This record gives sequence, C-alpha cells and structure tokens, in this order.
Amino acid sequence: MNNNILNNSNLGLNRRRLLLGAGALAGSLTALTPRRAGAALRLEITQGNPQPMPIALPDFVAGSPTETEVARNVTSIIAGNLQRSGLFAPINPAAYTEKITNSDAVPRFADWRVINAQALVTGRVTKQTDGRLKAEFRLWDVFAGQQLDGKQYFTTPDNSRRIAHIISDAIYQTLTGEKGYFDSRVVFVDETGPKERRIKRLAIMDQDGAGVRYLTRGDDLVLTPRFNPSTQEITYMSYGQSDPRVYLLNIETGQREIVGNFPGMTFSPRFSSDGQRVIMSLQQGANSNLFVMDLRSKQTTRLTDTPAIDTGPCYSPDGKYICFESDRGGSQQIYVMAATGGPAQRISFGEGHHSTPVWSPRGDFIAFTGQAGGQFSIGVLKPDGSGERLLTSGFHNEGPTFAPNGRVLMFFRDPGQGPSLFTIDITGRNELKVPTPSLASDPAWSPLLS
Amino acid sequence: MAFDVMRRASLHSMRDEGVTGMTDIGKILRGARLAAVLGLALAISACANQAADNAGGAGGAGAAATPGSQQDFVVNVGDRVFFETDQTELNAAARATLDKQAQWLTNYGQYSFTIEGHADERGTREYNIALGARRAQSTRDYLISRGIQAGRMKTISYGKERPVAVCNDISCWSQNRRAVTVLNAGS
Repeated sequence: MNNNILNNSNLGLNRRRLLLGAGALAGSLTALTPRRAGAALRLEITQGNPQPMPIALPDFVAGSPTETEVARNVTSIIAGNLQRSGLFAPINPAAYTEKITNSDAVPRFADWRVINAQALVTGRVTKQTDGRLKAEFRLWDVFAGQQLDGKQYFTTPDNSRRIAHIISDAIYQTLTGEKGYFDSRVVFVDETGPKERRIKRLAIMDQDGAGVRYLTRGDDLVLTPRFNPSTQEITYMSYGQSDPRVYLLNIETGQREIVGNFPGMTFSPRFSSDGQRVIMSLQQGANSNLFVMDLRSKQTTRLTDTPAIDTGPCYSPDGKYICFESDRGGSQQIYVMAATGGPAQRISFGEGHHSTPVWSPRGDFIAFTGQAGGQFSIGVLKPDGSGERLLTSGFHNEGPTFAPNGRVLMFFRDPGQGPSLFTIDITGRNELKVPTPSLASDPAWSPLLS
Repeated sequence: MAFDVMRRASLHSMRDEGVTGMTDIGKILRGARLAAVLGLALAISACANQAADNAGGAGGAGAAATPGSQQDFVVNVGDRVFFETDQTELNAAARATLDKQAQWLTNYGQYSFTIEGHADERGTREYNIALGARRAQSTRDYLISRGIQAGRMKTISYGKERPVAVCNDISCWSQNRRAVTVLNAGS
C-alpha cells in the first residue's frame, strides 16, 4: 500500500517509497477535492521584500488522548520551521476562535478570516492498531475557502519529527511554488574546551538544531565535514595518529576509511554532485593542488598544477564545472574551471579576498567568505562573476553552506569567544542563530532526505 | 601535545626573565613571547615546578638545561620562528633562530624532528591549513640549506587549529603565525 511510508525506524528511509507515498492522497481526503496546488494562494518569494504570510496552525487533533502530546509537538515543529523561514508568520493560537476537533470537516473560514489568517493548516495524529502513527494534514486557502493540499503519512512513533518536517516542506512548496528544505540535516563540528586545546567532534542534527548526535569522540582533530549528495555518508579532514588526511564516514554504520593513498596531507574534501568522487587538495611542498578520486575505481586524477594554494573545491550541480579558491594571482580569489581540469577563469573581482566557494544546488549562485578591511563576510555572486552581494559582515563569519533549495545559507561566526552557527536568506534578510549544545563550526547542509 | 605546548611556554618565560643580554633576539620577538606568557599564566604556574624539576632545581632553568637535551634546544636555541601576516618568508630574526637550530641539530645528530606550521585566526580554515604547510616548508628548506638532512625532518600543518596565544589582538596573532621545530621524543 502506497500510503505505508516512513515505516522504517531509522533515518535511512527508502527514497523511492517515500516519494510514492508523499504523492498519494487517502480516499477521505481526495473526497474533499483538493484544488491544484497554489492556484489561488501563492507567496511570491523571488522578488522584493515579501511580507510573511499570516498562517494559522491549530494543534493537530489527537486520535486518542495518548497522542495529544505528539500531535502538539508535530504542530509546534511545523510552526517553528515556517516561522524561521521568514516567509510565514504563524498567528498566536490565543487568537483562534474555532477549535478544530475534526480534521476531516471543512473549517469555519469566516472565523479564520477574522484573524486575518491567509492559510490554515489542520491535521490529526492517530496511533494505529499496529503501533504506527498516522499523521495527516490539510492546507486551506482561508479567503478562497478551499483546500490546497492534503496528505497522510504513516511512521513509527520515534519518527514523528521527520513527519513534521515533511509536512512543513509540503506546506512551503504549495504556498511558495518552490521546494522546501526542512526535512534535511546538518553535519557540523562541535567544539568544547579552551581555544588552545579545543576538542572537536563531528556531530549531526536536524536543520532546526534538534536531535544532535555525535559521530566522533573527540580524540582526533576533525574539520570541514561535507555530505555525500546521494548516500548516508560524509567526507571530512582528520588528524589521526599519522598525517592529516581526508576520510569517509558512513553515518549509519560508523565505518570509516581514508580516501586514497596520497603522499602527503589531503584536506578540504567535497563530493561530486553524483556522489561517486571526492575532490580535495593535496599538499605538495609549498603548493596545494586539486585532485579527484573515483570512489569505485580508486583512480586519482590531478586537476591543477600551479605553484599556488588551490583549495576549497566545489562542483556545479550539473557536475560540469568546479569552483575553487586560489592565490595564484596573488590573493585568495574564486576561479571556475571544467570538471576535467584545464584553464581556470577568475570570477571574483570585488573588494578584498574571496574564499570557501560553494555552488548553490539551484546553480544560480556561488556563496563565499569575503575578507576585506579586517572584516569577514558571507556573500554570493553569480557563476559568471556578476552580481556580487555581501549578506553579512563582521569578525568573523566563515564557511557558507546552502540549504537544499538554495534559498538559505548556514555559516559560522566567531566574534572571539568561539564559533556559533547562523542562517541567513540569500536575500540578506532573516539572520538567525541555530541552537547547538556547545560551540559549533564548519556546518554542511544535507540534501533533502525525502 | 597540549602539555608540550604548555611546557615550552613556561620555559620561554624563564628564559626571558632569567637570561639577560639577549641581543640576538629582536625586541618585537621578545615582546611577543612575553605576551604569550601572560596569556598562559595559569599554564605556567601549573607547569613551573615540573620544568624546574627537569632542569635540576635551583637557578634559571635555561642555565641548568643539560646540553643536548630537549630542554636545551627549547630554552637555549629557541624552537620557533614567527611570520608576518599572510607571509611565508623567513625574516632576519627567523633566519637567526634557524641558524642556531641548524648548529644545534648538527651537534646532536641523534634527533629527528617535526616542523609544525601554524597560522593565526584571521584566515579561512582551508587556506590556513595550506598557509601553515607553506611556513613549515620554508622552515624545512632553510634547515636543509644549512646542511640538515631532509630525512630527519617531517612537516605538518595545523592551520589555525592550535593557537598558543588566545586573545583577539595583534599581540596574540603574531604569536600564532609560527613554525615550531619539535624534537621527536623517541629519537
């Protein structure tokens, strides 16, 4: 049955089954004839300064009293996601006049128009006889008085957070016309201890900061983790017992291996867009050059050969190009070359240095760390070098990573007391701190999990 | 590793306070070392006894270090050189220190060693790893030019990951842009 999705207890969900399930509507919901998504109510997010859309999210109905808490949690996770996106303004539940007791019934739209809700989300969480949870939601256009979307999901009770993120993405996509980014995770470096003896551990969490799990113990210095776009795997740099090297780590099994057999330090790794290769810097004497290793054949290929520091490589989403930073022209600047290597074109000509380039999953921007006048900025420019904009500046911002939909960046900021994670829209608005248990740096955003 | 760093800092403090007439070391360099010592005041008090014990107790630790010992190298030769911002060239003070290191390493040929390259925090992480590697490399090249066998030395870069001085101003940054010659304990 297609609706039986999310029935795995672990997070390694079967992508195909999830997609099938997410598109399926239960009979009782289709009976309410959902209109083509977004036909009337659409938040325009590509231009200007959008006013957050007022949206009402009454607590999901509990199928029975035992589900009251999980129903409330799912609602609050959805509200939190939508609020943090900066595109939606959840209305204070104290203002709600209609109490939703049956999520199958058409709401009293007049009651929601009175409080100026443009969109309304209702839902229900029910425990099934087999122990699984059923979560269903409906998204309503309050002023048109019509249903825009309705879906139901089945999962094990410990997966209720993911259901909330998936519903958040469905709401986001229906109301903005663009894919969401809530059902995603962030791998980062957790930092504890004094600055001169910092303990660094790899950690992973939901994009909203919940569910932190540590992937290494802190015995070895670890840096710059990056997600594989297609599997539950990360690549990172670690100072083990011998020379510092680029490693692969399977998040689910904990299995770890060194990438390649290089004659020196390897660092600054990143996966290719298809996940089949790792590109990285190899230190050779005073120079750092770019190499790529095919993970299946183990074959390595040199991509640059300059008396310079070439590092921070990142593929374009179509896999055809590589952006990277190099000081070959005298200072750190961003270059673009073919994925096969060869001549590289400098694209950054704004003030100061440009480094840590990262290509948007949408392909439209490259984000970077800018350095000028003692300030460190997070900025974006187009792959042809035009349209450079700084989104935030100060001491010391570094290391942007794109949300799966390319509309939000996460980065770290260390004003001197230690680093924390922040997000900011590519418009430069809506800068927010991401909660972490202790100091945190080097974030890398995963693709959408479903 | 952490302890080694602390102990070296404590030995520097004794050197700067207990030895006079250090005309071969530039004023800037000396001032910078003192700044590092202040920054590590706790570490010094915790480690001073140990250093004194190792050096034989009474008197200045520098004077008491056994010739040819690791303490001798750190205290009487100087285990580190410093770099200008975003630079990897060795200045006159650095070359003078490395000349002394080369002489000592020639005299005590039993030691193998690792050159650690470091950067200050005013750079991005990946670039600073490469920058630290370049600093280690220029130090290595200089020692080779002074007759030290390449086979005795390894290099490693820590980028901005292992500062010795942890304030947020120029006095600390100048301390952290360094290449440190660390004698291998087993050699």
